[in-house]
Parts: sequence; C-alpha cells; structure tokens
Amino acid sequence: MGRKLDPTKKEKRGPGRKARKQKGAETELARFLPTAGDENSKRLSSRARKRAAKRRLGSAEAPETSRCPSANPLTRKLPKGAVRTPGKKGAQSLFNAAQGKKRPAPAHGSDEEEEECEEDGVVNQGELWGSEDSDADMKDDYGADSNSEDDDDRESEELLPIERAARKQKAQEAVAGALWSEEETDEEEEEEEMSPEPGPEKGDETDGGLQINVEVEEPFVLSPAGEMEQDILPVQAPHAQAPDLQRIHKRIQDIVGVLRDFGTQREEGRSRAEYLHRLQRDLATYYSYGDFLLGKLMDLFPLSELVEFLEANEVPRPITLRTNTLKTRRRDLAQALINRGVNLDPLGKWSKTGLVVYDSSVPIGATPEYLAGHYMLQGASSMLPVMALAPQEHERILDMCCAPGGKTSYIAQLMKNTGVILANDANAERLKSVVGNLHRLGVTNTIVSHYDGRQFPKVVGGFDRVLLDAPCSGTGVISKDPAVKTNKDEKDILRCAHLQKELLLSAIDSVNATSKTGGYLVYCTCSIMVEENEWVVDYALKKRNVRLVPTGLDFGQEGFTRFRERRFHPTLRSTRRFYPHTHNMDGFFIAKFKKFSNSVPQSQTGNSATCTPASLGQVTPQPESSSQPAKKAKVAVKTKQQLQKRQHPEKASFEKQNGNGISKEARSDLSTVSSVTKAQVSSMLQDSLPPKKAKVIREPKVTGKLKRQSPKLQSSKKVAFQKQNAAVKGMVTETPAVLSFSKTQATQKPENCVQPFGKTQGAEKVKQQLPEQLSKKTAFQKQNGTPKGPKTLTMSPLGSSWSPPAKRRKSQSRGSSQPLLS
Amino acid sequence: MRPLTEEETRVMFEKIAKYIGENLQLLVDRPDGTYCFRLHNDRVYYVSEKILKLAANISGDKLVSLGTCFGKFTKTHKFRLHITALDYLAPYAKYKVWIKPGAEQSFLYGNHVLKSGLGRITENTSQYQGVVVYSMADIPLLYSAIIIYCIGSEAKDIQLPVAGSPDHSMDTQQRS
Repeated sequence: MGRKLDPTKKEKRGPGRKARKQKGAETELARFLPTAGDENSKRLSSRARKRAAKRRLGSAEAPETSRCPSANPLTRKLPKGAVRTPGKKGAQSLFNAAQGKKRPAPAHGSDEEEEECEEDGVVNQGELWGSEDSDADMKDDYGADSNSEDDDDRESEELLPIERAARKQKAQEAVAGALWSEEETDEEEEEEEMSPEPGPEKGDETDGGLQINVEVEEPFVLSPAGEMEQDILPVQAPHAQAPDLQRIHKRIQDIVGVLRDFGTQREEGRSRAEYLHRLQRDLATYYSYGDFLLGKLMDLFPLSELVEFLEANEVPRPITLRTNTLKTRRRDLAQALINRGVNLDPLGKWSKTGLVVYDSSVPIGATPEYLAGHYMLQGASSMLPVMALAPQEHERILDMCCAPGGKTSYIAQLMKNTGVILANDANAERLKSVVGNLHRLGVTNTIVSHYDGRQFPKVVGGFDRVLLDAPCSGTGVISKDPAVKTNKDEKDILRCAHLQKELLLSAIDSVNATSKTGGYLVYCTCSIMVEENEWVVDYALKKRNVRLVPTGLDFGQEGFTRFRERRFHPTLRSTRRFYPHTHNMDGFFIAKFKKFSNSVPQSQTGNSATCTPASLGQVTPQPESSSQPAKKAKVAVKTKQQLQKRQHPEKASFEKQNGNGISKEARSDLSTVSSVTKAQVSSMLQDSLPPKKAKVIREPKVTGKLKRQSPKLQSSKKVAFQKQNAAVKGMVTETPAVLSFSKTQATQKPENCVQPFGKTQGAEKVKQQLPEQLSKKTAFQKQNGTPKGPKTLTMSPLGSSWSPPAKRRKSQSRGSSQPLLS
Repeated sequence: MRPLTEEETRVMFEKIAKYIGENLQLLVDRPDGTYCFRLHNDRVYYVSEKILKLAANISGDKLVSLGTCFGKFTKTHKFRLHITALDYLAPYAKYKVWIKPGAEQSFLYGNHVLKSGLGRITENTSQYQGVVVYSMADIPLLYSAIIIYCIGSEAKDIQLPVAGSPDHSMDTQQRS
C-alpha cells in the first residue's frame, strides 16, 4: 500500500503542528520534481516569488541546454505516451492545475522521463504538454525554457502570474506548432510510409520557433506537395487509413488563418494557389463534398463565410410552419399547438403567418390542427417568393411548378379564395401531394394541371401574375438532401440553367403586361449558384420586355451584378439571395420582374416581318405612361425589324438586347435612327410624341451601343440626333421628319420630310457628337449621299466628350458586354 | 370534364341530402356566384363558374383537379362522399353531434365514439342518420367529421369512417 496521492491536498508549510505531520505522496514527488518553474503559481507571495526567481537563476542553465537536444528525442516518445486528444489534454491540464502547477502529471510516465534526465525530462515533458495542449496552466516548471531569454525581463514582480503564464503559453504554442507538425509528419510516415524528410525541416523550424518567435504562433506549415497527394488519396498507399478528420479540421483552420493574412503568414515558396488547393481538398474530405461543387462554393464565398456555410449545411434548419388564414388565426393556432405540447415562436417581423417550432412532443405533421388544415409545414424561405409576388384578390395567377403546393396555398390564402389560381407541375406523382394539400387547407379557387411548364402560353395565357419556382440543382438545401454535395457537376448545373431559361421565357410570355393590377412575375430557385440565378435572370432581361423591380423584401443579400468574368445588368441588385448561414433559412434566390410590353422582341437576323400591326397597336395604347417611351421604342424596333434592308449585325445584337427600358430605349434609338421603314413611317409620323420621347431617351444610351457600330456616319442621322440634343420638344416635328427622311432614302419620300430635313441641316452644327454616334449606327443603312456628307466624314469615331452619355455608355457597354446568348 | 348526367346527379344529391337535407339548393346558388358540379375522371368537383371558364382551356388528360372535390363515383356508380366536402356540408347540416374533448382524439384516429363521449346532440336524431360531428363548441377551430353511418339514440356507439375537419361554433341544441 503506497501513500495515497491526493492532488487537491496542499502541503502545509511553516512552523506548526500540522507541518510536522507525515506528508502525503504529493510531497514525496515534490522532491523529485525540480523546483524550477514552480513559482509562477498564483499562490506565491511576493517574497516567495523573489526566492523562486533566485532559484531559477541558479538552475536556468541546465534546463536550457538540455532543451533543444531533447526536443527530438522527445518526439520519439510522443507516440508512446503522448496525449493527443483534446479530451485527454483537458484532463491533464485539470490534473496539473489541481496539483498546484508544481509538477507535470506524474501519471504519464514522467517518472521515466525524470529518471533519464531530471530537469530535461521535466522541461521536455513541459514541452510535451505544451505541444499537446497550449494550456499554460499545465506547465509551470517549464518556465525555464520559455523564460530563459526573458527571465531577466520578466523576473520583475510587476508581472502578474497570469501574465507570465500567458507568455509561457505563447511560447508553448510556438513549440506546439512545431511539434504538432512534427507529429503530423510522423503520422504520415506511419500511414503513408513517407520519408522522414520533412521531419528535420520541421525540427529546424521548431528550434527557430523557440529561439526567435516566442511570441508569435508558429506559422502553419504546408506539407510538401507529394505529401499532400498521399494524404488526400490514402487508398493508394499500402497502409491506407481513413483520413484523420481532426487533423484535417485543424489544418483547415490553419490554412484559413494563413490565407486571411497571407502576406505575413505565408510560408516561403508556397503560392496562394497551393494553399487554396490544399484547403479545397481538405474541405471536400471533411465535409464530404464533391470537388466541383466545392470549387463553385469557393468562388462564391469568401473563406470565412465558406466554412460557416459548410457548417450550416450540416445542420438542418428549424422547422417552420405557416398558418392557414383561411381557417384560423396565428395566435389561435399557436395557442392550440402550445396546448398540445409544441414549443414555438413567431417567425419574425417579416412574416405575419409564420411560426418556428423549436421542439414538439407530438408529431407536428399529425396533429388534428394539421389534419384540419390550419397550418402547413413550409420552409421559411418558401414563404418569401409569395410575399414578393403579393397577389391581389380576384386575380388570375399561374404557379408553374407548384408541387408540393405550399406556395400555391399561400397565394390562395392571400387572395382569400377569390380569383383563380392555376397550379401546374410536370411531375404527376408530386401533383397528388398538391391536390391533397390544397384540399386539406380548404383552397377552392385552384385548378391543378399537369403540363410541362414550357407549354404555357400556348395552353392558356394572360395571367395577372406568375410564380415560377424553377427546378434547380438544390445547392441551397443541402441540409435537407446531402446527396447534392456529390452528385452535382457541371453538366447538371448547365442543364438546370437551360431548363430554367426556357421556363422563365414561357412564364414571361404567360403574363399579361396590360393587366390592371398585375403584370408581375416572380422567379425563384432554392439554389445559390450564379449560373442558375443571376445568369438566367439576365438572359430573360435581354430576351423579353421585362425589367426587374424590387422584391419588397427588405432583408437578404443583394444579387450579384458581376461574378468572375461575367457582368450582369445593374438592376440585378434588386434581386435577393438568402443563405443558410446568414439567415438561418434554406438557400434561396428571388427575382421579381415586371413585364411592360406584351410583344416579343424578335431577333434581327431571323424574322423581320414577325411583328404584326396588332402587336404594334397593342404597344401603342399601353396605359403605362412611364413605359411609353419604351413602348414607342418597341414600335421603332418593330419598324426596324420590318425593314428589309440589310442590317448591320451589330445592330441586330443591339436590337436583341431587351434588358430594361433603358437598353430598350437605346435600341429604339438605334432603330429609329437607322430604321428605314415604309409602313411604319406613317405611324411614326403620327406618333410624333413617342418617337421624340424615345429619341430623347435614346441619346445617352445610344452611345454604348454605338461603340460597336462601324464609324460610318450619316448626315441624316446626325441631324436626327442633333435635334434630340437640342430640344426635346422641338424635336417632335423634326424627328419624324428625320425618320421619314431616312425612310425616304430607302423607299419613299413624304413631302413633309423635306422641310424638316432642311431645318435639321441648319441645326446640324449645333452638336456634332451625337450625330457621330448616330451616324455610326445608321451608317450602314443610309448610303445615300447626303448634304451632310462632309460632316459625317469629319466626324470622328465615338469619342464624345459629352459626359452623360459617356457615363451611361460605360454602364451600357458593361451591361451589354455579355454575349447575347450567354 | 363534363357536367353530371341526370342519373349521376340524382345519385349524388341523394347522398348529400342525407346530411344536409333539402339545403342542397344553397350549394348551387351562392351569393358570390354560381357554382356547379363537374365530373372529371369519375370525381365530382364543385367549382364556381369563373374557375370553370379557365379550366375549360385545359385538356382533359392534363387536368388534375378543380376547385373542391366532393366525392367520386365508384365503378358501380355509387357515390362516395369525401372528407373534402365537409366544408360545404357543415354549415347546412341538419343533425349535429358534439363530442367531448377526451373522445375527440380517439375519434380522430378512427375509433368509434361511445355514448359517454357525446357532449351534445341534435334532437330527434334517428338511428342511421347522417350527422356532422363537431368538437365542443366552446373550443373554436377544432375538429369534426362526417359520419357516414349513423348514431342511434339508444345506440352505444357512433360509427365513424373517417376523421377530420373544421369546427364551427354552430347554433347549439340541447341534448335530448
């Protein structure tokens, strides 16, 4: 029976009866343990500290000298008795702290160490503990090593013990970093039979770290490339083992730390790409992602957010439900559910019908209230597109991809069962759930159909509002479906994007722009990929007469207007993105369009006679005055289209760029300037006002487009633009004249054209800049010699110094720099 | 989608009349528009005319559901009423039954209700009468269900095929 070792027992000192009693095992051990370094205990008085300092000075040399050589032998011992896991480390630290920080834990073979070299063993063990656990409390005796340089400075009693401990900790961390990487090397050696070549390299750094960088954490060392590969593909190694997730996790944190402050923390000779590569592979291993998806995520998020995002995807989002206001009120439902034993809260300020469930003693999908249709289980982010859509009563609404019916029922409850909803889905199986949900929730104004969404305007169109929750890759709901991490690759994303573009165009065509209360379309996906979100929206802006409007959601991140090499339309800022790690809801993207014209812009090279007078007529009497210029521009575009002349290909491209009104107007400028239409001449002449407006708006926008045009100039065009510049009002009469003039050049020559042209000639000199631009556009069309010929020739290429157009030109060119059919 | 034939209409109305009696007319002529019944894939749908107009554009094989499904015709042309019709039957029900909260849960999950579970019942409810079941009127927005079978005033239990529906605090009637 040995003496009991009770770490919590304090030895009594000083004169007195208790001090003379037989001491416990702890005191025996104290004889073996060096007194050096035990003075940084908080319990020492000032005198004791002085004494300790004296003692340390005396014994400082011995531990110091033995420190370095013992570092390496120590590492050999590490595998034997090393405490690696944090749990154990924590226990050890506690243990040591309990011992009064006088000695390292004896239970870990310290005896052997001590026997070998007393002070060295202690010191090394101190290092050992320090390497395992950077908890300063563990190692008081180690004070020798880290304090060796600083002893003289730090012996002063002004330093509180805690400060000393902190400094020691820093030193230990420095050592720890070095040792830890050494251990990694060792592990890898064991696992992958690597050569111990990295070992000495790290050993040197260890020494360097000890001597020099006491206060700075040892920089993270990126293992050599060969090692990296082996580590990543353990299956290739003979002794393949599962990658140590903890190690990888730590490495992830280290690399993120390094990359955050790359300039100072980088390892020499390693490029940023190597760190990133390593990080990508570590993340892929740790979180079980495929390489493609992880690469995409690394493009999307800055590194700090990336880790948060990945972490958020591991955890499911809280369950939320939406009250069915057709049957109950939120507070009544909350009361009823609380009575059943559900712990819930209102969802947030932004929702009047949402509730979030923290936990529940009854299955939340099986309560009588659920069966009665009082609420619907729905993700918080799925409530947002319907809020953005804001359906009004007595409207006709189309929900193109409605399954499982949560959004459709929300729309119905907002409309209070008035109006008509057409709920469509392409998947027959999921339609059953739609029918079930709608019946359960008491929705009576809905028709459920089973079409492919792309058939839509043909089957039935003319809806006031359309909601398109497009099928997507599901990268925003990884927490619901972890298979997305690995089974999505480039092809899937592009396929989804293609389908979404088609659906979106069909949806746009199904909206009735002339609707009194509507004309809106909401496009949403549960994905965070730019290819499926901003790109698709941008495509639609170019292809149809729609523009983006604010969604009405005041939270959420704005959509990107540029991403890597792509540039999107600036109004994409009004779209919204939601992320699991920032908003605690599924990843989502919402865009709200307003359609301002029912006509479909046709491509220039294709059909020139596709726009019918009916569509023109449709355009012209549009009640929306704000978009009137745009509409007139549309008319102009149409007229241009009907032009049978050879068209400049670039102009065609401009024609097609159907973004917002601005670009449209620019296009219209192009068209009106250069269009030589016969049939529409009269209409243009009649509608003097609209062309004027169009032209006025045209001016600034034209510049961007004009850049691409050939720098041929046409005096008539110049004149036209000059007129615009000069006076908006005044141009009314002239613009038609100019147009007609141009038209006459092509075909006829209305009489009234001549006079205006003469006028314009006079006013030509006013502004040369615009004409330049205009002429560029129209140059190809009008080859007729005009009296302004010399002027045109002298016009320099678009180098207008007129600032407003210049500014807009830049934005336009940026916006239009994208290829048309990206 | 087509309107009901005479025969089908008769069969269906007979069934519904079991629960709401002669108030059928109220179903058709509603203040907010005319509603009608349409048959599609053997199911009877109750829709307003506005919806009907839009639904006419949809081809038959693509149409899945309109408005509310009242029930369906079986292969032998019998009409089976569905729970989804409850919303429309409940306001016009002639005979009502209120059950106590304790019995309500078991009723919801398909069990019969004993007489002791009855809270209130309309007068003169004869045996095998179709009734609409409510939860106690004091508690709003709770459950009730259609009884396809009936209760007997002396019977010990109420047979219930199916559960679930809203509760309306209807006019109460004294227990007989």
